[in-house]
Amino acid sequence: MAESRTMDIRDQPGFRSVAIICLLVLYVPVLILMIFSLNSGSLVTHWEGVTLGWYGSALRNEEFHNAARNTLIISVTATIVSTICATLAAIGMTRVKPWRGLAAAFMVINLPLMVPEIITAVATLSFFALIAGTFGLNFGIGNLILAHTVFCIPFAYMPIRARLEDMDLTLEYAAADLYATPWNAFKRITLPLLVPGIMSGAALAFIVSFDDFTITQLVAGPGQTTLPLYIWNQIRRPMTPEINAISTILLLVSILFVSVSFLIARRRAR
Amino acid sequence: MTTATLSTTTLPKAALFEARAVKAGARRNRLLSLPALIIIGIFGVLPLIIICVYSFLVAAPYGGVQWQFSTDAYLNFLFQRDIFDDTLQFTPDFLIIYLRSFLFAVVTTVICLLLGFPTAYFMATRPPRQRNWWVLLITIPFWSNLLVRTLAIMFIIRDEGLINNALLALGVIDKPITMLYTNFAIQLGLLYAFLPFMVLPLYSSLEKLDFRLIEAAYDLYATRRQVLWRVIIPLSKPGIIAGCLLVFIPALGAYVTPLILGGGVHLMIGDLIAQQFGSGRNWPLGCAQALILMAAVLVALYFYVRNTSGKLQHG
Repeated sequence: MAESRTMDIRDQPGFRSVAIICLLVLYVPVLILMIFSLNSGSLVTHWEGVTLGWYGSALRNEEFHNAARNTLIISVTATIVSTICATLAAIGMTRVKPWRGLAAAFMVINLPLMVPEIITAVATLSFFALIAGTFGLNFGIGNLILAHTVFCIPFAYMPIRARLEDMDLTLEYAAADLYATPWNAFKRITLPLLVPGIMSGAALAFIVSFDDFTITQLVAGPGQTTLPLYIWNQIRRPMTPEINAISTILLLVSILFVSVSFLIARRRAR
Repeated sequence: MTTATLSTTTLPKAALFEARAVKAGARRNRLLSLPALIIIGIFGVLPLIIICVYSFLVAAPYGGVQWQFSTDAYLNFLFQRDIFDDTLQFTPDFLIIYLRSFLFAVVTTVICLLLGFPTAYFMATRPPRQRNWWVLLITIPFWSNLLVRTLAIMFIIRDEGLINNALLALGVIDKPITMLYTNFAIQLGLLYAFLPFMVLPLYSSLEKLDFRLIEAAYDLYATRRQVLWRVIIPLSKPGIIAGCLLVFIPALGAYVTPLILGGGVHLMIGDLIAQQFGSGRNWPLGCAQALILMAAVLVALYFYVRNTSGKLQHG
């Protein structure tokens, strides 16, 4: 009892060790994957020395270029469209008198988060197969962009809505009192204050689109390989550390965008 | 709230004006949600309706469907039609995959909770600066590429992977232990994938914990264990439920993890569904299987809503 007096009363025995174990479990496998991308041997399991050669061969690879181009076209378009839609929806659902169907609209926006990804994937596949069969409509890579936009909207929506709800309404009222039109009040007051939320939402939308595998794999047509699909194709062949290099690049992109989104959100909290 | 009352008491006229302005703007504002609703409606909700319809149709020989009503997809879930005498025979193959996936998801949820709760509590009791770092460290894997993270696990547990190499070098074993493409591999992969999904919601609920209650419990001669079980855990129940749901639902429908770590031998529901749209060429069956999974998810969500709304009424 005597020693526990000197400790923080909130502490529980053993919790620190579990927390550290969790962190190790989460990071050690990924770090090993990253370290082996620098392996000069051509085996993914035997360490022979340090080289950056695998990054070079990955970056020179034609297939990798195509996959990277497709990924960027899809993610950037889906991010822009979904962020605009999410921003408009967040305003339409917070800066209003409660309207009939508001709860239902909220559910629709969040639907892609509640439905397991594999179900969304086969449903989207069936949908595009149906419109291709009935109307002869095929948007090519647009199919993937539309599919991605759907599940990006709720991810972009969350931080934007949170920001709108945290915002001090007095400023908007003050603008209205000073005879600003609703549009001017929005442009001069609400929008500038909303920018961090929009950026944070866009970062999240970009990551989920950039990293998506399940939906992309089922919906993608021939030649529509994205980076995650490219990795999946590589796994099924004899592997070289090149795959570690590409994986590392993907992880670094995720880490960058998560950190950006996180830091923006932190600044808001202060 | 306070600002609204302030303006109505001190500036009644302006308040009236702004109420009218906000109302006029408000009526138009709700139209702003239309683009998002239309996109999700057409490309998110409509596809779900289509698979409901497809599940009652007949499979076309080369994938796709024939427009002919049939309940075969649902019957095929439990029975197989005998090719000779056309009778239905009970075949539990699919049911076994569903039950196995359920078991995987439950074990994943329980172990994630056992590891995640102490972690989240430890995080919540750190000084603010340290706390931010911990949250960032857990948030990064939360958003990182699942395929790549699963690949990392694969590298470690392969026959010539790190674990086997280390054990061989130490002389503990003389031939590699097969871990990849087993149930163990899938279970490990699921734990690894979804651990951050448990920690983050638990943390956000524990962060709001009123630590004076713990002080009070100690003043009343509670032991450390009693404080944990009678104060901390009951108070963090909403976080526990949210975390369990966030792990259970994606774990039940997991696709990537069993695909890579199960090697096509050990299937989970997700792979089974995808198979019907690929090599299985039985879209209606795949749709029916997807809807049965959806029903399981809705049951889980129902319990969640019932639990949390009950909480609101009592609290």
